[in-house]
Amino acid sequence: MTRIDAKFAELKAAGKKAFVAYVMGGDPDYETSLQVVKGLPNAGVDIIELGMPFTDPMADGSTIQLAGQRALEGGMTLEKTLQIARELRKTDDTTPIVMMGYYNPIYNRGVDQFLVDAKEAGVDGLIVVDLPPEEDDELCIPAQAAGLNFIRLATPTTDDKRLPTVLQNTSGFVYYVSITGITGSAEAQAADVGPEVARIKAATDLPVIVGFGIKTPDAAASIAGVADGVVVGSAIVSEIAAGKPVEDVLEFVKSLADGAHRG
Amino acid sequence: MANDLFNSFMNGPDDKGRFGDFGGRFVSETLMPLILELEAEYEKAKTDDSFWAEMDDLWKHYVGRPSPLYFAERLTDHCGGAKIYMKRDELNHTGAHKINNVLGQILLARRMGKTRIIAETGAGQHGVATATVCARFGLKCIVYMGAHDVERQAPNVFRMKLLGAEVIPVTSGRGTLKDAMNDALRDWVTNVRDTFYCIGTVAGPHPYPAMVRDFQSIIGKEAKEQLMEREGRLPDTIIAAIGGGSNAMGLFYPFLDDKDVRIIGVEAGGKGVNEKMEHCASLTGGRPGVLHGNRTYLLQDDDGQILEGFSISAGLDYPGIGPEHSWLHDIGRAEYVAITDNEALEAFQLCCQTEGIIPALEPSHALAHVTKIAPDLPKDHIIIMNMCGRGDKDIFTVARALNVDI
Repeated sequence: MTRIDAKFAELKAAGKKAFVAYVMGGDPDYETSLQVVKGLPNAGVDIIELGMPFTDPMADGSTIQLAGQRALEGGMTLEKTLQIARELRKTDDTTPIVMMGYYNPIYNRGVDQFLVDAKEAGVDGLIVVDLPPEEDDELCIPAQAAGLNFIRLATPTTDDKRLPTVLQNTSGFVYYVSITGITGSAEAQAADVGPEVARIKAATDLPVIVGFGIKTPDAAASIAGVADGVVVGSAIVSEIAAGKPVEDVLEFVKSLADGAHRG
Repeated sequence: MANDLFNSFMNGPDDKGRFGDFGGRFVSETLMPLILELEAEYEKAKTDDSFWAEMDDLWKHYVGRPSPLYFAERLTDHCGGAKIYMKRDELNHTGAHKINNVLGQILLARRMGKTRIIAETGAGQHGVATATVCARFGLKCIVYMGAHDVERQAPNVFRMKLLGAEVIPVTSGRGTLKDAMNDALRDWVTNVRDTFYCIGTVAGPHPYPAMVRDFQSIIGKEAKEQLMEREGRLPDTIIAAIGGGSNAMGLFYPFLDDKDVRIIGVEAGGKGVNEKMEHCASLTGGRPGVLHGNRTYLLQDDDGQILEGFSISAGLDYPGIGPEHSWLHDIGRAEYVAITDNEALEAFQLCCQTEGIIPALEPSHALAHVTKIAPDLPKDHIIIMNMCGRGDKDIFTVARALNVDI
């Protein structure tokens, strides 16, 4: 049982929906992002998604891409992103950390080495956008063998025929992408998302968390109402991009968490 | 080697889209069903005679194929060694090899009922070819082009607009060809129902590398027949320039199993393949990684972040290379070398003066390597180089490099 499984068991017992917050490791600099990450659990965040910066984030909109560029320009590396996880673990041993990003930096480090390092740093799961089920041998299967959850994206284009393929090697939770598009673009609508979540839940016992296009506490509440939880990324990253102080960023995160927990 | 099954180099890719360890389908889940649909449709079209009959008709009457195989007599005399032939794909409609592939993909898009075509372009040749064929079939066309390339290739931008395409300058990332490809993928992921992504080179997720190669293979197939007719034998050496590598793959593929034919790919060496990375030579100066849907050799830093290439030629300015080239490199079936900007510029001028052909800067790299090796080869040694594009688009760049005001 990973910290992710434990967290969902705890939320279920309390009758609460999950709030997942995404921040880019090293944005705008290592220290600031570490302070933000350390503040997330107290702001009501149930699971932390820690972005690994990459030069070519094909599935992301400009908000996340620019965050990655800021981080890389500030000298961020995969090693330093792992270091953020290590630092959080010094004071928090329960909040799950999911690293999210693209495959090349991991491949470049070497899959086996990366898995050892991630496990040692206290990471619980991985979301790697450009590894569909067709490439499971690359990282998904080795990651699960190493005791990490591999969280898969399901999308509006994942039809009933394909859904079992997507769910097969997924663990931790299923991340439902609410729109066809990139992060931070169109707004997710509960009326569209609800039936899709129900469709996925009919095929798996895993929690289904919805992300992409959720920007406000009210949106978090309404989408959480039809799912097991929500992810907010770009809206939080935008606050950091605007140069807001860490406490203001965390206050905004708290308002989102309150919204999601209302759902 | 997975493809050794029938003792042939031409069996790749396998059913996972791999050439050895290279290639694959490294895309987001949203795109995966689209890529599987494309693969199924292409497999159907490939064995459908009516598909190829339509291609042949358009190749002949619209593109002007077969392109000539031309004996470059004065260049041969100048070098004083091997006999040099040029495959004249610069005489195609739109001035480059790109249209061979675009025609195939657009016919496929029509069969799939797609009405909106997107493309990325570097030098603008693939964008112009896509805009051209879209105009021919009345399809909506959107071309993503790095903001820097929009500036340095202004004539091609205007051509695309005349042909009715919408050109979107890409400023995300560093605003180059790889960023244009990122933005095209973002468009595709957003407009999944009606949109067909027409990739311009032998890269991207499976089935693109194989499909684009198949469409470009008309180059090598014709060259083989033409040389057989003319000389009664196979060439000794074939040479082509490589950015993503589609013109090279098109020339090489039909010769892969002709073991006595030496195959040479020429990468853009920019200011020289050195630690400053002022080049685009992915095989000579990069290492394997994953980008834009496939595993291949890439220019990258120690942390796996993608680096920008540098070349005087916008068409070669890409940090990756088609996965089949990576495989041919690793198994040693083809050799890959790098030519610098200055060497390409010299070959460009030499070709103008000895043959009355203004070559594009991309094939000027291949030509530069020809002029390096031809003098030391015997007179009965036959080289075919792929003259894959004409140089009209490059005269401003060349003038600037030669300090000439025009």
